[in-house]
Amino acid sequence: MYRVEETKLLAERVYQIWVNAPHVARHARAGQFLIIRIDETGERIPLTISAVNGDTVRIIFMAVGKTTQQLATLNAGDAILDVAGPLGRPSEIQRYGTCVVIGGGVGIASTPIIAREAKEAGNYVIGIIGARNADLLILEDEMRTICDELFITTDDGSKGTHGFVSDVLKAELERRPVDCTWIIGPAIMMKVTSNVTRPYGVKTFVSLNPIMVDGTGMCGSCRVQVGGETKFACVDGPEFDAHQVDFDLLMQRQRIYTGEERESLEHYHRHDCRCGGDSHE
Amino acid sequence: MSDRPADERVRDFREVDTGLTPDEAMEEAGRCLQCKKPGCVRGCPVGIDIPAFISEIAAGSFDRAAAIIRKDNILPAVCGRVCPQEVQCEGECILKGKEIPINIGGLERFAADWERIHAPALPETGKPTGKKVAVVGSGPAGLTAAFELKKRGHDVTMYESLHKAGGVLMYGIPSFRLPKEVVQAEIDQLRSMGVKIKLNHLAGNSVTVDELKKFDAVFIGTGAGLPFFMGIPGEQLAGVYSANEFLTRVNLMRADRFPETDTPVKRGSRVVVIGGGNVAMDAARVARRLGARVSLVYRRREEDFPARKAEVAHAKEEGIEFVLCANPVRILGEQCVTGVECIRMQMCDPDQSGRPEPVPVEESTFLIDADMCIEAIGQGPNPLLIRKLPGVEYGRKGNIIVADDGRSSLPGFYAGGDVATGAATVILAMGSAKNAAHAIDRFLRD
Repeated sequence: MYRVEETKLLAERVYQIWVNAPHVARHARAGQFLIIRIDETGERIPLTISAVNGDTVRIIFMAVGKTTQQLATLNAGDAILDVAGPLGRPSEIQRYGTCVVIGGGVGIASTPIIAREAKEAGNYVIGIIGARNADLLILEDEMRTICDELFITTDDGSKGTHGFVSDVLKAELERRPVDCTWIIGPAIMMKVTSNVTRPYGVKTFVSLNPIMVDGTGMCGSCRVQVGGETKFACVDGPEFDAHQVDFDLLMQRQRIYTGEERESLEHYHRHDCRCGGDSHE
Repeated sequence: MSDRPADERVRDFREVDTGLTPDEAMEEAGRCLQCKKPGCVRGCPVGIDIPAFISEIAAGSFDRAAAIIRKDNILPAVCGRVCPQEVQCEGECILKGKEIPINIGGLERFAADWERIHAPALPETGKPTGKKVAVVGSGPAGLTAAFELKKRGHDVTMYESLHKAGGVLMYGIPSFRLPKEVVQAEIDQLRSMGVKIKLNHLAGNSVTVDELKKFDAVFIGTGAGLPFFMGIPGEQLAGVYSANEFLTRVNLMRADRFPETDTPVKRGSRVVVIGGGNVAMDAARVARRLGARVSLVYRRREEDFPARKAEVAHAKEEGIEFVLCANPVRILGEQCVTGVECIRMQMCDPDQSGRPEPVPVEESTFLIDADMCIEAIGQGPNPLLIRKLPGVEYGRKGNIIVADDGRSSLPGFYAGGDVATGAATVILAMGSAKNAAHAIDRFLRD
């Protein structure tokens, strides 16, 4: 059992949880993830390690499916049955020169820990974070304290640049030499944004989030195509060279259980949801 | 025979073989000729004194029978169920050929079940030595090593990456062949002996190699958990599973109860399973229980199946169709599987394994309609920890190279089970783990 130390609503449907998991916290590095299972009947889901403080780790998620909605009901003092990690390979942090760390939507969760390590390695770190609108933008203050420069974009122009992170990235690539980028967000955003760096020949990492079960290389559920080879995102990744990734296949495989996910959520709302609503029908 | 009828058992996950009653066990034990030079003991990888325990069963002293088995085998309830007895003890039984060999597996299971239910005995642990040993992996090899080391008074900490201990006994072998409470009882016993079990700990990550080095010795029993894929077109389609994934979803995550449980699994109506080993049989029979019509495609002949004979027979009874001397070349479909294209194979001169080598017959492809495909063509050692161990020698297939006593090239690090031998059986993993545990004990006492 792993104690939930603190919870917070960061934006609409976006939650942050600090959970006590010393074996994860003491060994976690930027780019790695953990797997949680809330209770005995729970699913194992991977979540990026967003920050570490002593023996606690931070996870940030959007409550969209059954497991994330249930996770959103937890309060400080509650417990998560299983927390496994840290899993996957750490980010390839080196002294590259100028690095751009880009986060889109809830993918911003992964950026502070990478930006911080990149900064500590002696890089000049530029952050670009974007969301649909100002209310959905998370971790702005944190990224501002870490990065040398921070750019903000919103799809509707309610904050920062009106447009996408890819637009700002392109402008910066035109303006100055960039040595390395990390792009983290929804698969489609990573696909589009990494195409921006391609013509400039800039080393670009993306963090892939396919469906996983064990997260230790045992099942092959998370297989992705990188450079024409089959890789397991859980052990060979989750970060890969963006320009080698088959994003269309990733998106196709992310949708495998769409129907089941809906069924699971409906079942949850009918039976044991503690999130209010029509629970007394 | 103590098997439940096939048409009944394909509708649930309860055990197929209901086991012997005390009367049946005593009668079966009474058939044993008590050979002076017993072949069965020679055939047993851990050398259980088989005639002795059988004679106790015949006399009705079931707890004494269990105690005799326990001396050499810490997982008798497991081995009685999953060992390939026909090529081990029962294969060497003098009655084989004349009449039916003694049902040694059934008797072993009977004694072990009797003990668990009626007279659970806690094995004695030796005087504490003050030496600390880490056991990595909690499958058959890790459980055996932990037991042997704890029994000799060492302080044992076991690391398991999943949320349940038991390794392949939990995630791999289905409950209709090995009920999970049988495995859990063994793990509970280890715990009550004082073995510390750290779940959710991936060795190499949650506990680093440097932290492992602080132990006086380390036993690595991480098994062969890395699934192989055929590398044919169409493997990325929805509905293509490794047997590991399919079995883990059902056995460990209980996807058969979805949406009562949260982990889904596809329920094919027409499933093709590729392979001929125990894992392939397990996957086929699980798919059958989830309601599918199942074809098992194997590139050799039925007599070449590496699977345990009883499981081949069970699969057949349960309506699994065997498509023999055939090999898949392509999985068809747009986003989901719609079929598996196979090619006929002919048996030519024996290959390295001594079996006839299957060679494709030109222009003999044919199509099997399917909405799901499960590949059960084998597993290799998971390289995760091995690659992080400085100076550890490993073979071409990724297995840790060990000396006869289980010692690896990294001082203080020993290995046993599938990670050292390559994918094999539960009992062979236990045999090699026991051997390594004894070597660790000698090493710690020097």
